[in-house]
Amino acid sequence: MNSRHLVVVGGGMVAQRLVEALRDRDTAGAWRITVLAEEPRRPYDRVALTSYFSGRKPEELELGDPALWDDPLVTLVRDDAVTAVDRATRTVTAASGRTYVYDHLVLATGSYAWVPPTEGADLPGVFVYRTVDDVAALRGYVEKLQQDLVRPVRGAVLGGGLLGLEAAGALHALGAQATVLQVGSHLMDTQLDLGGGEALRRLINTIGVGVRVNAMTVKIRPHRRGGVGRLDLADGGRVDADVVVVAAGVRPRDELARAAGLEVGPRGGVVVDDTCVSSDRDVSAVGEVACIQGACIGLVAPGYAMAEVTADRLLGGAAEFPGADTATKLKLAGVDVASFGDAFGRTEGALELVWADPVAGVYKKLVMSDDARTLLGGVLVGDASAYASLRPMLGRELPGDPAAFLLPEGGGGGLPDLELPDDAGVCSCNNVSAGTIRGAVTEHGCTDVGAVKACTKAGTSCGSCLPLVKKLVTTELSKQGITVSNALCEHFALSRAQLYDAVRISGVRSFTEVVERFGTRAEGRGCDICKPAVASILATTAPAHVLEGERAALQDTNDHVMANLQKDGSYSVVPRIPGGEVTPEGLIAIGEVAKDFGLYTKITGGQRIDLFGARIDQLPVIWQRLVDAGFESGHAYGKSLRTVKSCVGSTWCRFGVQDSVALAVLLELRYRGLRSPHKLKMGVSGCARECAEARGKDVGVIATDKGWNVYVGGNGGFTPKHAVLLAEDLSTEDLIRTIDRFLLYYIRTADRLQRTAPWLEDLEGGVDALRGVVIDDTLGIAADLDAQMAQHVDTYEDEWRATLEDPEKLRRFASFVNAPATPDPSLAYVPERGQARPATADERDAALRGEPVLVAGTTLEVRA
Amino acid sequence: MTVSETPTLPELDQTGWQPVCALRHLAPERGAAALLGGHQVALFRLVDDRVLAVDQHDPFSDAFVISRGIVGSRWVDDVEVPTVASPMYKQVFDLTTGRCLDTVGKVPVRDLPADLRSFPVRVVEGVVEVDVPVAP
Repeated sequence: MNSRHLVVVGGGMVAQRLVEALRDRDTAGAWRITVLAEEPRRPYDRVALTSYFSGRKPEELELGDPALWDDPLVTLVRDDAVTAVDRATRTVTAASGRTYVYDHLVLATGSYAWVPPTEGADLPGVFVYRTVDDVAALRGYVEKLQQDLVRPVRGAVLGGGLLGLEAAGALHALGAQATVLQVGSHLMDTQLDLGGGEALRRLINTIGVGVRVNAMTVKIRPHRRGGVGRLDLADGGRVDADVVVVAAGVRPRDELARAAGLEVGPRGGVVVDDTCVSSDRDVSAVGEVACIQGACIGLVAPGYAMAEVTADRLLGGAAEFPGADTATKLKLAGVDVASFGDAFGRTEGALELVWADPVAGVYKKLVMSDDARTLLGGVLVGDASAYASLRPMLGRELPGDPAAFLLPEGGGGGLPDLELPDDAGVCSCNNVSAGTIRGAVTEHGCTDVGAVKACTKAGTSCGSCLPLVKKLVTTELSKQGITVSNALCEHFALSRAQLYDAVRISGVRSFTEVVERFGTRAEGRGCDICKPAVASILATTAPAHVLEGERAALQDTNDHVMANLQKDGSYSVVPRIPGGEVTPEGLIAIGEVAKDFGLYTKITGGQRIDLFGARIDQLPVIWQRLVDAGFESGHAYGKSLRTVKSCVGSTWCRFGVQDSVALAVLLELRYRGLRSPHKLKMGVSGCARECAEARGKDVGVIATDKGWNVYVGGNGGFTPKHAVLLAEDLSTEDLIRTIDRFLLYYIRTADRLQRTAPWLEDLEGGVDALRGVVIDDTLGIAADLDAQMAQHVDTYEDEWRATLEDPEKLRRFASFVNAPATPDPSLAYVPERGQARPATADERDAALRGEPVLVAGTTLEVRA
Repeated sequence: MTVSETPTLPELDQTGWQPVCALRHLAPERGAAALLGGHQVALFRLVDDRVLAVDQHDPFSDAFVISRGIVGSRWVDDVEVPTVASPMYKQVFDLTTGRCLDTVGKVPVRDLPADLRSFPVRVVEGVVEVDVPVAP
């Protein structure tokens, strides 16, 4: 078959996309394609250029399936810049002298980094930041300086836009000191408002990159040894710099088009219509070189859209450029930044909802229509996790309280559920709609995100939409009964971690408020799943007694009566015995209580004593006795710290190297009553022989000659797991701070009833990431966690003692509301091995038939 | 130590409404057990001060514990139904009818019906009254 010849000038990202799209759809082979690239390599991901510094090789930046270039209909000519276009003969000439005759020509020449005509801009050590070669040269120069200088290399970046910050991050990653000089009033002023720019500046500062705003460079001065040395600013200021990166913007590379007589825009760029065709019907322009709808656009997503339009048109389609989506999301030196829609609130009557937390380094703004319902735009700095969900909602009504989208997230990821319309765009890089993603699951049998990516290309470019893709896929799959969502229950669409943050940040204190703000239905009254979860969350965000006000209604019966429900409806009682250390007097007091109330007594695995068979109406009387004897609640009933088990330690043991009992007592008294997603157990061993079995605990501490090793994420039970080493040879003070942070980070981010072991398994980055958070403070939340633990320690009270002092709370322990002194007549016990146990159904029946079975109530005449 | 002020045991009038306790003695969104003519009833006061009554006996655990469950609501056939979850094995019951909405994959003991019985309740001048049939 006689194919027509498409010549593409330029081998960048948009050119690659054009070839890929055309080869995908042109199954008949109507076009053969020649790509003429000036750079000596295949098209690569310029957006990810900075990752070249974090060890990625240029080849790893290559885009798409390399098989594309083996396609017999595709020819890629590298390292051969086009020098002329002759429209009359439809011929292009390359630097090598080769000529190519085209049926259709596409200019995809991109832009070049603009260098302002500043004196000294041509000195050695002044770089731009555009290609792999630029970046490699910059790296070489910096590394050479690092060998020559004894002090750190000082770098300056001219320009505080996207590229400038990328370059600053790159310098920083190379170990150079970086200072960004921004001419305007704040960073990224094309995308961000002042508040967002300021938040970004603070975040960039914290990682060690300096920022100066309103800083216009007027002169670059050389150093005595050669190369750049100093910058002079318009305000008279000076900045020492050994290396300078100019990131002052880009200009379209339209010189070929100008020479060929094609129409160019007033500020450059090949003028094209909405079909990307220039003033010559046989010539198109795509990407940054195209002046479309009056402007050149320096973003990749609109370039991809132009490539798609051109591919469609070449095959006789009717596609038109939909308008530029200038939404941006990126990670700059580890800082998330996103901007979309009307980020500056320029729409008439627009309302701005702002959430700013300078401590956490978060700035979020939503621009809403005048009725606060329709999303017009937004700015997210420091935490852009909401971006993927919000961007497709542009111009649409947001369900519920928009503030919910501004609240920070826990570890999990995910947001209030949005039912996106099928036509809403999800992946703007590849123009994939929500409907297409749903279709990949429902019609094409994709069962995971990877398959959907392969099928639709969604999320394969910048990846910022992947959380949303994941959510859509999960939702579709769960509709088919394949997976479960992480929503707490029918009353809350949030996971526990998300709800924790929502409650913590909003400061709400009651269940009613929580449901109204964050629930799926304001009239919902919760269930046995979400109510105890909310009670647990409130216990650490707004500490109060378990039976305080509305909170009493949230507690499971165990927390409600502060005892453990047993199979017959009676309860067991466990006084706290910190570290398992108990005096003879204490043992006698417990023994006498057990004896007087006829309680079955057993030693627990946590080195304390469990007293079984107490009736609900006996609990206050029993506890009055225990409190009088100096005991307090052991929280055996709570999702909270149970015990800190210890060996006898160096005080008595011939092998012990540290006083494990003293530390266990200290830890148990510090964390007693701390409510958590699940029970917490700890252990302290006085030497490496590990007699306390500390590595089978959520937190295990093992003594060393130099201090304490701390292990986390162990448990016994159904899936036993050894705890893993978090830190070594800590002083007691450092140990406590580490455990404080570990516990609260777990409490904030774990799922409901998720113990530390599976939580750690799910934690992105595993124990290294955890170590970063609790020791190196990578999330910047350590001070907050420390303060929260200090509050817990300060506000702790023995909840049994407080209950005994409050007649209102005691009313809850009546056996019958109309007969509080009458014991539950259904309870029946028989003796076994000298103690009482619940009677079986057969034994009860036998007793009812009058047979000689010894059955009694809990007052236990059996003992007499 | 006293547990609480002691309301007098109601006169048993098994053919009609029996006063049980003052409404203020019931905590909102919690249950309380009441002994009525030898029968154990679980009373629940909802947030809107409605009071509902079902059996105190839990057919799935054979223990008298329903009043100690967590009160909540469930969306059933487009209606928000008040519910209680048994504290023992978490079966969920419709408080208005006693119907078991979720067996959690278990079956009641001794072939008992999964549903609880419900009893009419009214509040007269601040006193909760229950209509309990003659001894069950």
